[in-house]
Amino acid sequence: MSARNRELATLFLAALVASAAFASAWISGLGVVDYGWLPWAGGLAAVFLVAHAFARWIVPDADPTLLPLTALLCAIGLTFVYRIDPYDGRRQLVWVAVGVAVFVLVLVWLRYDYRVLERYKYVFGVSAIVLLMLPSVPGLGQRVNGVKLWVDIGPLRFQPGEIAKIFLVIFLAGYLRDKREALAQGRLKDFGPLLAIWGGAMLVLVQTSDLGSALLNFGIFLAMLYAATGRLSFVLAGLALFAGGAALLYDKLDRVQQRVTVWLAPWTDDKVYCAINGKLEYRQNCDSYQLVKSLYSIANGGYGGTGIGRGTFQTVDGTPLIPYLQTDFVYSAIAQELGLIGAAAVLLLFLALVARSMRVSLVAHDGFSKLLAAGLGFGFALQTFIIVGGVLRLVPLTGITLPFVSYGGSSIVSNFVMLALLMLVSHRAVRTAPT
Amino acid sequence: MNRQLTHVGWAAMGLIVALVLGTTYWQTWARPGLAARQDNEIQRVSEFQVRRGLILAPERVLARNRVVERRGKTLYFRRYPQGRLAAQVVGYSTASRSRAGLEKSLNGILTGTERDLGGLVERQLNDLRGKPIVGDTVVTTLDLHAQKVALDALGRTCGAVVALDPRSGKLLVMASSPSYNPNVVENNFGKISKITADCRPAAPLINRGTQGLYPPGSTFKVVTASAALESNRFSPDSEFVDPGYCIAYGKRVNNFDTSRPFGRVSFATALQYSVNSVFCNVGKALGAKRILDQAKRFGFYQRPPLETPDGERYPSGLYRNGELWYPKRDSDVDAGRMAFGQERMLVTPLQMAMVAAGIGNAGIVMRPYVVEKIVSPKGKTVSRTERQRLDRAVGPVNARDIGNMMVSAVQAGTGTAAQIPGYRVGGKTGTAETGVAGRNTTWFIAFAGRPGRRPEVAIAVALERQSLTGGATAAPIAKTVLESLLGTGGNP
Repeated sequence: MSARNRELATLFLAALVASAAFASAWISGLGVVDYGWLPWAGGLAAVFLVAHAFARWIVPDADPTLLPLTALLCAIGLTFVYRIDPYDGRRQLVWVAVGVAVFVLVLVWLRYDYRVLERYKYVFGVSAIVLLMLPSVPGLGQRVNGVKLWVDIGPLRFQPGEIAKIFLVIFLAGYLRDKREALAQGRLKDFGPLLAIWGGAMLVLVQTSDLGSALLNFGIFLAMLYAATGRLSFVLAGLALFAGGAALLYDKLDRVQQRVTVWLAPWTDDKVYCAINGKLEYRQNCDSYQLVKSLYSIANGGYGGTGIGRGTFQTVDGTPLIPYLQTDFVYSAIAQELGLIGAAAVLLLFLALVARSMRVSLVAHDGFSKLLAAGLGFGFALQTFIIVGGVLRLVPLTGITLPFVSYGGSSIVSNFVMLALLMLVSHRAVRTAPT
Repeated sequence: MNRQLTHVGWAAMGLIVALVLGTTYWQTWARPGLAARQDNEIQRVSEFQVRRGLILAPERVLARNRVVERRGKTLYFRRYPQGRLAAQVVGYSTASRSRAGLEKSLNGILTGTERDLGGLVERQLNDLRGKPIVGDTVVTTLDLHAQKVALDALGRTCGAVVALDPRSGKLLVMASSPSYNPNVVENNFGKISKITADCRPAAPLINRGTQGLYPPGSTFKVVTASAALESNRFSPDSEFVDPGYCIAYGKRVNNFDTSRPFGRVSFATALQYSVNSVFCNVGKALGAKRILDQAKRFGFYQRPPLETPDGERYPSGLYRNGELWYPKRDSDVDAGRMAFGQERMLVTPLQMAMVAAGIGNAGIVMRPYVVEKIVSPKGKTVSRTERQRLDRAVGPVNARDIGNMMVSAVQAGTGTAAQIPGYRVGGKTGTAETGVAGRNTTWFIAFAGRPGRRPEVAIAVALERQSLTGGATAAPIAKTVLESLLGTGGNP
């Protein structure tokens, strides 16, 4: 069976699972059995069939599992966003459609050879920094929930950080391919641009007080640096530099301090000062309210979960118990309703996506392609780790999105761009394989 | 480069595996701890979709469900048909104010999560079929008729009545006054804070039977007497001279009535008439630690076992700065004063009922329990509480002797108000003076049964803010409750 036929068959399987999930959210939301969920399921299926058709045309030899995995993750995300807020669910479906459109555009644009990107690596590098700094430009950036991540252009609000991440990977893939031999020798003068990246990460951290995005970008950088040079000492030095820098700046970063405090001790036995209302409160009722409620939500799922649509996210009066449930905390909704079995299954989908991306990187022929795929794959893994790990209290909680699952336009669109790049690399690796 | 790429790949997958482990931790190991937390509204609200098991007294319903349809969901709220009758023991389960009492401590049983494997599988299957989950029913040992008699007898007085079956440890009565109506907790909690009684704060939510820490007064002499006889240094016939007072740590300790010293008295007579000076000297002779070790064998210094939440049961013993305290040396405590129940000794009515029960049951303290059995939704008895010995407090001969002394106290001593014709009643009064008129805590502890048989009931009555003695205030209440429990009361 050809790669595309296998993809189509797997997509069909994904559609069955996804339809069952969405139908149960729909039916439990309504309380009666009807078929109103069919247009939604059909809509999502149609969107991914379009993606499949273009893949068949442009990248027929690409890895056949990437698109079905993405489709299933999107469907799970859509199911939960709809289940939490049907209005947001409608918008999420539109965003997935936009994401696929962008996916198609990227495929079409780079259909001959994506490696042209390498030529513009410095353009991408500089743009990445500019995009990351954009939210702190006065008048342009919007501070939401204490973090400056958004930019308003006309009626559109988007997170430039999401796109910057891709640009950064492209830049690093090109730059490291050039310089890897020189870097591996460890001469100090070659490290100038890398120190600049570290400085940039610190600057972005101070400007946006967003530890999550700084950690994500810097982590991708270290992974790619290691892949290119094979020097573990660089990674350790980088980690030390990041930790040192963050420690030095710690006093100036109220937001980060608060996150770390909450992470270390979400529950207090005594009332402590609460900056939100200026009173003395238990921390679980103040700063760590979201985290603690989200942990309760996860714990409530147990092994088997409550079932889709039967989880508890509201009080008996209908007041929401967990803020930002459909964005940052979507995982705690999934974990409650699907339980350990379902949540682990969702994580395994991510594991499969990451593993396939890494495989793409292994079979690619040239350094740029290898580094590009590795950077993108590791990016998926690290982003998942930072947000889900935050929700699970493995690391301090920082508000970034769960790829393909969380509600949010910028995130969905940029993840589809990453998917398109991975499929292009994958296709080329197979097509030009020496037989 | 492929070697490094493999490493990066493993690292990336390791990150995801860490997430699986993290999720497993929260959904398995950490789950019970989180579920028990007070601020866990998610757990609480989700449990309103469970049809909770009933709480029954053998013949009456203490807690049942009220079905509410809201937002397409069937929710089960609680109703308490007996109202204030056993409010502090049964507690409440509400969405707005968490839980208390048996509703809190037996939550797992009432929601059906504490079952054997077959029961859990069935619960999960019902869940999958979309049927409501039904919890197990709890049958308590409470005698609601006597409970009502006790609560009525307490009236506006603050205090508690606790009655046990000494032979089994079965809790028959646990009345705490003032009480409250648990049905208003959900929507009208303000009403409860407006409850008044003859004490301030009235604190109706507190279960004074297990949370009321009072100075035991002379009822503690039963413990001292046990220590004295167990030490083999004293017998019921030991002779003492009562000058009307005793010198402890250079300070004079008076009898309750100093105007009439008893002169030469036996130990038995001293308990019968509650002579402080005798017990003061016995206490000094024995030393504090010996008496406290005796007290421990009655259950002091540990939370008395019962199925209500741990936080709603306080241990009895010496308290210092609000914390339970055990002296390192004998000289840390004034044993003379402690011997008759002063010196920072604080006890709960349940603990004193256990003391009376231990004496009545030939020296053996049975483990108190309030849950008779657990019944599955299909009517099958899942488990039945077995009676269990908590400790042997005193030897059978000494128990008989002390029992006889207590019987004398009721026949012709301080506790005559508790006499019940045709029954053998042994009791001990207590009046813990605070030095302020009208602020005494008065006590009566007793056991009662048919002559020649093991006593069937043990009781402790504690009353706050009294002006008179335990014999005048607490003993009559004990009598009416005992009569009700023994089936000799006026009410059919």
